[in-house]
Amino acid sequence: MVVRSWRHIKERYNLIGVICKNCGTVYFPPREICPKCRRKTKFEEIKLSGRGKVYTYSVVHVAPKDFEKQAPYVIAIIELEEGAKITGQIVDCKPEDVYIGMPVEAVFRRIKEDGDDGVITYGYKFRPIEN
Amino acid sequence: MRDVAIIGYGQTKFGELWERSFRSLIVEAGVKAVESAGIDGKDIDEMYVGNMSAGLFVGQEHIASLIAEHAGLNPIPSTRVEAACASGSLALRQAVLNVASGASDVVLVGGVEKMTDVVDATSAISSASDQEWEALFGATFPSLYAMMAQRYMYEYGLTLEELSMWSVIMHENGSKNKYAQFPFKVTLEQVLNSSPVAEPLRLLHCSPVSDGAAALIVCEAEKAKEFVNEDDIIYIKASAQASDTIALHSRESITSLKAARVASEKAYKMANIEPKDVDVAEVHDCFAINGLILMEELGFCKKGEAGKAVYDGKIAIDYDGFPAINPSGGLKAAGHALGATGIRQVGEIYWQLKQDKEVKDRQVEIKNGYGITVNVGGTGGTVCVHILSNKK
Repeated sequence: MVVRSWRHIKERYNLIGVICKNCGTVYFPPREICPKCRRKTKFEEIKLSGRGKVYTYSVVHVAPKDFEKQAPYVIAIIELEEGAKITGQIVDCKPEDVYIGMPVEAVFRRIKEDGDDGVITYGYKFRPIEN
Repeated sequence: MRDVAIIGYGQTKFGELWERSFRSLIVEAGVKAVESAGIDGKDIDEMYVGNMSAGLFVGQEHIASLIAEHAGLNPIPSTRVEAACASGSLALRQAVLNVASGASDVVLVGGVEKMTDVVDATSAISSASDQEWEALFGATFPSLYAMMAQRYMYEYGLTLEELSMWSVIMHENGSKNKYAQFPFKVTLEQVLNSSPVAEPLRLLHCSPVSDGAAALIVCEAEKAKEFVNEDDIIYIKASAQASDTIALHSRESITSLKAARVASEKAYKMANIEPKDVDVAEVHDCFAINGLILMEELGFCKKGEAGKAVYDGKIAIDYDGFPAINPSGGLKAAGHALGATGIRQVGEIYWQLKQDKEVKDRQVEIKNGYGITVNVGGTGGTVCVHILSNKK
């Protein structure tokens, strides 16, 4: 599973997505073709700002094994400024303070560990933007 | 294309069946289906089986071979079909296409899941979502539906009480189903006070982890008369399927299920009926919110109005002027043995339309003679709809 983590470092560490120059749609994570343009796809990499708003969220109480220590935690879909939506945790605030429309920004965090001696997966989580 | 009918159905009890193995479940369902159709093993030309993940749940792949052998059906062709929780109805669709095309006359189609042999079922179930961009970040399967519910509440003002009433009605219906995992009633207070799983969803908004199997006998419509009375033949009027993004975050809207809308519109057209013609429906309520969304996608009520219809009891078996929804108790109370669910839903409609003694305690009044099923894979990445009728 090391390769599976390593392969996505660019996207998960630096929020690199793609923009289709044919239709202007931004995708994260990057994909092979633009579903709207198919073979007319013209992808270029785009560095996403990481800023966006909470589109929806849930407070997870029953967690899978890898996340048990973190429960309860907030999982959310964030609508990024560039238009793409992305799934990640919301941290650095109380679960009850999260609301739809809350401004957030991406932060680099440890996501999970693959057992005691396994790979540590890093990537993005989101935290509220201070007003 | 030839007309296709159902002439037999059988299922196991759904539940935590510790003493039962994967293979014993599917063989029990298959034998019951064969017996109810009055056919013999040698009459079966081919078989399909829907199964989500025997690999993760019991460490067994190549189940098509395993099942054909244990059912004593070698050497007929046997094929496994997989689309997460929609595996069962996709297997049925393959059987329907097979018979309609003329390739086979009689096809056995089963669905099975043995979920309790694994310690961390939550992780196995999450493989129905996008592993690399949802599950890896801590999104559990219930939390994906919880996020749909949260957004639905925000957009349409659905209350937790309205959502919870779904579970109350499902358990009311399930209490009349001896095969149901939870054949007992619950109160609104019990639903509201059950432990949180992924807020806003609580335990009693969620379908359970289940073992179970179900099987149908699908037959060419004319040939069906050789095996059963004409009154006992139920016709498959439509079989339609559609796809959507696997990840919830890639959809334009998460308060609707586009694939369900596309598949149901196609199915209504194939059957040449409208939503108002439906007497009874079995919808995929893996979580209560999905039951509500599917009522809207099937055209039973307008967008945002399902919660009120449920709270007012319109979906109940004895309510007049609205389709009865999930007389079996749905996935919520009848149980959700993933790969078996799509078959079990169609089996319930089959029983309802032929007014079988199996459903005498929960018989829906059959006026127009049409029933519909909608089976959802993942969070809506695959949806398959079937329309059945007691009229040819």
